[in-house]
Amino acid sequence: MTSVPHVESPPRASPGRRLSTFFFRHSRVRLAVLLALPVAWLVVVYFGSLFVLLLSAFWDTNPFTAEVVHDFTLENFKRIVETPVFRDVAWRTIQMAALVTVADAVLAFPIAYYMARIASPRTRDLLVIAVLMPLWANYLVKAYAWRTILSDGGMINSVLEPFGIHFDGYSTVGLWLVFTYLWLPFMILPIYAGLERIPASLLEASADLGARSLATFARVVLPLAFPAVVAGSIFTFSLTLGDYIAPGLITNEQFIGTVIYNIRGEALPTAAAYSMVPIVVVIAYLLVARKLRAFESL
Amino acid sequence: MSGSKVRVTRWAAFGLIVGALSIVAAGCGGGDDGGGASTAIEGLGSSLEEIQELAREEGEVNIVQWAGYAQLVDEFAAATGCKVNTKDGGSSDDMISLIQTGAYDGVSASGNASVRLMTTGDVAPVNTDFIPNYEDVQEGIKNQSYNSLDDQPYGVPHGRGPNYLMFRTDVVPEATDSWNVIWDASGPYNGKLSIYDDSIFIADAAVYLKATQPDLNITNPYELDEEQFNAAVDLLKQQAPNVGEYWPGDVAKQIQSYTNKDSVVGTTWPYQYVQLTAADPPVPVKAIKPKEGTTGWSDTWMIYSKATNPNCMYLWMNHMISPEAQAAVAEGFGEAPVNLEACALTKNQNHCDEYHADDEEWWEDVYYWTTPVADCGDDRGDVCKTQEDWEAAWTEIRG
Amino acid sequence: MVESRLTRILLHLGAFATLAFIYIPLIVIGLYAFNANVTQKWPIENYSTKWFSVAFNDEAVRDALKLSVLAALGATAIALVLGTLASMAVARYRFFGREVITFAVILPIALPGIVTGLALQATILDVLGPLGVSFGLTTIIVGHATFCVVVVYNNVIARMRRTAGSLDEASADLGADAWQTFRYVMFPQMRTALLAGALLAFALSFDEVVVTIFTSGAQQTLPIWIFATLSRPAELPIVNVVALFVIVVSIIPVYFAQRLAGGSGLTGDRPEKMTAAPAIEAEP
Repeated sequence: MTSVPHVESPPRASPGRRLSTFFFRHSRVRLAVLLALPVAWLVVVYFGSLFVLLLSAFWDTNPFTAEVVHDFTLENFKRIVETPVFRDVAWRTIQMAALVTVADAVLAFPIAYYMARIASPRTRDLLVIAVLMPLWANYLVKAYAWRTILSDGGMINSVLEPFGIHFDGYSTVGLWLVFTYLWLPFMILPIYAGLERIPASLLEASADLGARSLATFARVVLPLAFPAVVAGSIFTFSLTLGDYIAPGLITNEQFIGTVIYNIRGEALPTAAAYSMVPIVVVIAYLLVARKLRAFESL
Repeated sequence: MSGSKVRVTRWAAFGLIVGALSIVAAGCGGGDDGGGASTAIEGLGSSLEEIQELAREEGEVNIVQWAGYAQLVDEFAAATGCKVNTKDGGSSDDMISLIQTGAYDGVSASGNASVRLMTTGDVAPVNTDFIPNYEDVQEGIKNQSYNSLDDQPYGVPHGRGPNYLMFRTDVVPEATDSWNVIWDASGPYNGKLSIYDDSIFIADAAVYLKATQPDLNITNPYELDEEQFNAAVDLLKQQAPNVGEYWPGDVAKQIQSYTNKDSVVGTTWPYQYVQLTAADPPVPVKAIKPKEGTTGWSDTWMIYSKATNPNCMYLWMNHMISPEAQAAVAEGFGEAPVNLEACALTKNQNHCDEYHADDEEWWEDVYYWTTPVADCGDDRGDVCKTQEDWEAAWTEIRG
Repeated sequence: MVESRLTRILLHLGAFATLAFIYIPLIVIGLYAFNANVTQKWPIENYSTKWFSVAFNDEAVRDALKLSVLAALGATAIALVLGTLASMAVARYRFFGREVITFAVILPIALPGIVTGLALQATILDVLGPLGVSFGLTTIIVGHATFCVVVVYNNVIARMRRTAGSLDEASADLGADAWQTFRYVMFPQMRTALLAGALLAFALSFDEVVVTIFTSGAQQTLPIWIFATLSRPAELPIVNVVALFVIVVSIIPVYFAQRLAGGSGLTGDRPEKMTAAPAIEAEP
């Protein structure tokens, strides 16, 4: 008599494994599970909150208690469009953001290039740490230190005094210096990463083709590094656009953030309406940045 | 059911209904005094002893204050078990925003905050039976328009003071006695002015115009009709380019700028004057109420109607009008106390005289901060500019 | 090296100038930590170490420091989870709305802090308040996590773009389940990117002040404590002491992270250099 060989049936897979197999076969479900939490968070916490705020831009306020009254009105938007001060402040802020971005790009490039291409690995490590350190110094303390540096008897003026120059530090120029200082690390890091990605062979090829340093720089390095510069500029531009603390410490001038902060208690709907300005500007900036491939260089 | 049982049942039901109705009636009748708000706050004890007990359990109180108001906090914490956490407000608007977040138990409100808070119900009236020191408060400060509503006291008076004209005596002549040093368009101190950054400052312009342009007929600097308001706003717009700094309730900023001579003349609270003269070395400043009069404030400690620590807050309010705390704040901040028993306790025996604590005539040209409303309060009717208008104008003035 | 001698000298000088620009104010902060006077005048007249003991004994400083650390830890943890999930989805899958995800993740940090802060505060007060939610550590963490997600997302997605998805498939082919694949194949590849992202997220959260002002209620994180103390004339020097302390202490984690990550690990990834033409991202 022949006996039927005893075949062990495969062990029943554990629930975890069965779930994993299910996911393996259904990639759409896998994707959905991955995205569920982050998307839910962003939509509920962030976009939901923004919606609540921007909704109040359509409400009115009690003229005495400033309580928000749920009467639909377009008065707030009308006000920020028609009143000159809102336009002036918005324009002033955008200009400052642009100037700060340019200054940061100019200051960041040499050191980023140095770190990426010239420094030895050990120096590079140290430099990365050195550039990251200021991010750990408190923003307020830095701004306050600059207040002292910019003052009439401060460091800048004591250096310029022998030359007979007096520098009014508590001014737009002073604020420009402070912003440039505060956001510089945010510009250095992406440019450094972007420059590091350029293969040396490209630069050598450019030299072989007869280009001098400047030409190589202008026609090879700069275009390749440009997306990284734009990536850094996202931070310098947007951080300047909304800041109200540094302007309050350094100048008397109002910026978008200052106005929103000052009127938030008494005219929240107007503040909400005015918030649309930086929102629209930032979204437009991000769209342009995306076109310029900055998102891959963040 | 048998007859007798039915009768008992009916009587029992009747008794129950009467009992239920009387409980409901008692509940309704208790807190309601004909339209006024209730002093009841959730968690507040119903006797002074119970309040003190519950306060120990609460363990802390969060208050919004003007810089330098809270005094003798360590002694208070030791005596009551309530740790005091303070948050400095920069302006009345700021304070209202803070209270409305619900995170604080009380606030030292000036007139331009208190009336709004009382109207919205964010602050609750106080039961003065639970504040033993209340009876020592000057009668003339009690039950004023800025600290009471519908005949109910809404808080505990704190003290009052003027907004000074302060100047460095090594730059500005010591004999200066008029506001024109900050309003003069071609003045010698341009670029070195230090001005309070809040819409309420429009009233200061109105005070100046009251004296210098009598044909505007300004009687109340907070009730300005179109013509008066525009005149004040124009004056402020003229001043704006000459202002060295607008200080937004950040007292350290102003103190630093006077110390460094970045500002030499401007408006200030007594606190900065006290700090500057007490500095080491002292900064040569003088602070005066100019001949045109000035704006000022009479402040009240108020309790948030949904305070998390109402018992500690009640004890705090009682503490701040005790003679010891009143003396400390009178000298520490530089203001007139409202509990005159403090006058015997101040280090400077003449403090109360110097600060005119009992001199009502001196206060006649000190116009306490209050919220501008449309109703002018006189025969002009409802044409005056509101708080909303003042805020909008201030944004424009700042440019 | 390709650059001419002159270029290299100029770059040396430029780098040095920028470094000086970066560090002189930090040195000023350090000097003022030893300033004997209460007011910040220049030049410093008297030096003293007395403020250090005042700062160490200040209970409010300790509480604020503790709250800041807790908030940063919480925010970083959430950002790590959300950022990794999102970047895994975007890097490995092609789907409708892929670009929108990147946009949505960047927006919280790109929009002004005051707008985010006001929005969160309005929501907590009007929508969540009636449900019993109040300001505190949780609301702080939620606010911070939202804008910290992007720094983790960036780092991880950059790393994932450089590593082949085929390795994950091979792992599955060899019989690993999803969790094993993640643990033994994906995670080791992105470990340093996660570390870099976590460090940056922690720093961002630790230093944040504007959004925190609107989400913290009566609580004080370190930046809020600093903000409050800066306007208290008598306590100004303690702020500089605390700031100096934080800068010095943070050298340690930053140094170790850089050592672990190596090279440009902290700023993105250890990249393979681009091929001669810039890598063309597949357009969705």
